[in-house]
Amino acid sequence: MTLPLFLQHLTNALSLGSLYALIAIGYTMVYGILRLINFAHGDVFMLGAYLAFYSVATFLLPWWAALLLAILLTAAFGVVLERVAYRPLRDSPRISVMISAIGASFLIENVGIVLFGGRPKGVTVPPVLDVKLDLGGVSVMSVSLLIPVLTFAVLGALVWIVQKTRTGMAMRAVSTDLDAARLQAIDVNRVISFTFGTGSLLAALGGIMWSYKYPQLNPLMGTMPGLKCFIAAVIGGIGSISGAVLGGFLLGAIELLTIAFLPTLTGYRDAFAFVLLILVLLVKPSGLLGGTQVEKV
Amino acid sequence: MALLETEQVTMRFGGLTALSDLAIRIEKDEIVGLIGPNGAGKTTAFNVITGMNRPTEGRVRFADENVTGLGRHQISRRGIARTFQNIRLFRELTVLENVLVGCHAAIAPGVFSSALHLPGYRRREREARDLAVSLLREVGLEGNASDLAVSLPYGKQRRLEIVRALATRPRLLLLDEPAAGMNPQESLELMHLIRRIRDRYGLTILLIEHHMQVVMGVCQRIYVLEYGETIAHGDPAAIQNDPKVIEAYLGAQ
Amino acid sequence: MSPVEGRRAHLLTAAAVVAFAVFLAVADRTFDAFTLRVLNLCGIYVVLALSLNLVNGFTGLFSLGHAGFMAVGAYTCALLSMTREQKELNFFLEPILPWLARVTVPFPLALLAGGVAAAILGFLIAAPALRLRDDYLAIATLGFAEIIRVILTNAQPVTNGALGLKGLPSFAGTGVVWACAAAAVLFMVLLVRSAYGRALKAVRDDEIAAAAMGIDVFRTKVVSFTVSSFMAGVGGALLGHVITTIDPRMFTFMLTFNILLVVVLGGIGSITGSVIGSFAVTILMEALRFLDGPLDLGFVRTDGRPGLRMVVFSALLMAVVLFRQRGLMGTREFSWSMLARAGLLPRAGRSGAAGGPHGAA
Repeated sequence: MTLPLFLQHLTNALSLGSLYALIAIGYTMVYGILRLINFAHGDVFMLGAYLAFYSVATFLLPWWAALLLAILLTAAFGVVLERVAYRPLRDSPRISVMISAIGASFLIENVGIVLFGGRPKGVTVPPVLDVKLDLGGVSVMSVSLLIPVLTFAVLGALVWIVQKTRTGMAMRAVSTDLDAARLQAIDVNRVISFTFGTGSLLAALGGIMWSYKYPQLNPLMGTMPGLKCFIAAVIGGIGSISGAVLGGFLLGAIELLTIAFLPTLTGYRDAFAFVLLILVLLVKPSGLLGGTQVEKV
Repeated sequence: MALLETEQVTMRFGGLTALSDLAIRIEKDEIVGLIGPNGAGKTTAFNVITGMNRPTEGRVRFADENVTGLGRHQISRRGIARTFQNIRLFRELTVLENVLVGCHAAIAPGVFSSALHLPGYRRREREARDLAVSLLREVGLEGNASDLAVSLPYGKQRRLEIVRALATRPRLLLLDEPAAGMNPQESLELMHLIRRIRDRYGLTILLIEHHMQVVMGVCQRIYVLEYGETIAHGDPAAIQNDPKVIEAYLGAQ
Repeated sequence: MSPVEGRRAHLLTAAAVVAFAVFLAVADRTFDAFTLRVLNLCGIYVVLALSLNLVNGFTGLFSLGHAGFMAVGAYTCALLSMTREQKELNFFLEPILPWLARVTVPFPLALLAGGVAAAILGFLIAAPALRLRDDYLAIATLGFAEIIRVILTNAQPVTNGALGLKGLPSFAGTGVVWACAAAAVLFMVLLVRSAYGRALKAVRDDEIAAAAMGIDVFRTKVVSFTVSSFMAGVGGALLGHVITTIDPRMFTFMLTFNILLVVVLGGIGSITGSVIGSFAVTILMEALRFLDGPLDLGFVRTDGRPGLRMVVFSALLMAVVLFRQRGLMGTREFSWSMLARAGLLPRAGRSGAAGGPHGAA
């Protein structure tokens, strides 16, 4: 393992980690507010990628316009999803909402298969992101550099929103105690819609970036990343945005670096996340950055 | 020898001290009251005694045994039963089945002995049923045996919860606000019921209540809590005239 | 109208069972292979649905790891029941572990072993996982199932990895499948009506109160989970031997989803519901297969679009949970009285008129 090789792996880990982070944020935001594992989140990720693809392929938009359009449409979709699949069940037992989420996930995936076809589609990576850079013996695609930058920019923006704006304060209130927030005349529905919209927007962004880095689309592309990113959010501390980012980077790093040092384990790659999850749930269920939770009798 | 004794029990949740140096002592056959303004730590005391929370400091002794830190079901099997502030009946079970759950430890069903209806199991189940029916009769609920527990009116639900606790054949019964939401007539009947079951089933009773009439009428001794601390202790007359108690209640308004 | 109970109910039940057994015997001889397979698939789903319902419906735990237990059961049973020649045929990429190649046991034993293997795994998983809250339990069990799948895909010398095992001996005939289904139903009915069943439901309805009544909540959950895993293992083994090939790709979350659909549709917490649901979903699954192929509805024409069938099923699941959470049966069970009330039973011989000893109250 030479230094340049190690740096190569590290760069890959960084960019994969930031992709995971972008998606994990959406999970953690929704869970923080509704205590709901949005199983459909990974499929929203897929949707964003496909919308961008078709905007370019069918409607011939320039890539940046396609990206913008796709993330906005996906954000809207996220809002609609919440309205249709989750809001009616808000006062129902949690199992019902989870079943609805699972159903929604399968529905979106299979609608995707029907509409987009099961065969993978090739994405044309925008020229500016397709540049191969050579930094001191390490070759990096420009897209791999952009992704972490983008992630941190997004993180910064979100932290600012949550800490400094009224909406953010409302979000924090709702995630602490939904009923109390309602009593304080906070429009809980709007906060929840905003959360879903933002989370879905980020997932779409992640999906599009993912498709630039791994330019093959298929309707099931969101399943495994979706699960892994939820796990990343749990590892970092579910409900905490910085936790989601930390978890995402951690997971990306562990996944890629383990394979780098122990290539025989490549086949087990997908299992790492789950093993990590089980370890975290056993040792510190609230995650790395999460606080302890007390249940009142 | 006291039946129940808490030794300097302190319960802290993060930065909140719910109970501080609780030292309760209950003798056999007594009916003791635990009162105090909301948030005083009364239910927390119950939770510590019944093993739902492990005290941060201190010990709980029951019948001369240290029961601190035992599991909830173990404490139940040692003879401490309780009811809950917000009635916790089993929603999908009938009235009779709710009481039968109380007999669980007596039946001690294994998964296979139950499924196969082995003779030993069948006999114990029959005995449990007889007990359950007689308990229901005690509070006039035998006619409701096949109704869903949650379909009963509030007052009957409270009574059901009490006999369910009795089905565990406890020595010590903890009642958490049994008179909540009752009108004067019902409260009077409740007082009679409490005395009756104490005598008939050889119980010792610890009672949380806000209903002063019930507390003063039925308890032999009373502990008063405020913000987790014990501010007074004595018989009803002494408590009623204790200035600290009066201030705690008036001040809380 | 008086409820149908006691001896009359028992007689009716016995009659129904005999009738169904006769039907199965006839079907076994006369149905074509495809239809018979669908029928037997119904039976396997009965076992699987009941095993999921035991944990999710009756104990109130949200476990999503079923496919993992099925996989373990299927592989264990297959590896034990295949002959040496059958194994060697499969393991052409990398030879199977020598001692594994030599072992061949009679099918009933292999089936049992499959169940036991799954149960052991379930027990090991239960201990850590059941301390978690609902949603975390769901993800943890899902995680375990995925780990199992990945291990199965990579353990080439044991499981033949991604290639799977083909040409499984077809020991899982109609009789075996439906005997297992009947055993599962009988066991569940007896269990649910017993004191242990009461304890399960108490844990489901209110864990805190259950513990206060002397129920060892954790142990109850672990036992329930372990028994459920056993049944899932048997179900998985049966599935494998009816389809006669198994590979890790069969045991994904989608499989768990199918079983979940059956349970939700039929009613979480209802044995009858799971039985009815198993038939309904299995038959529907086959009947709607045409949706995945070329469609010609006159006004709409498509080439084969696989996935449309699953769209319908996902939408169905969501519709049930959004509009009729309790499913078909809720937590109620079938009783002959139900049929009588609906006027579907012939009156008892003696008194038909009102005012007689069995007349309306």
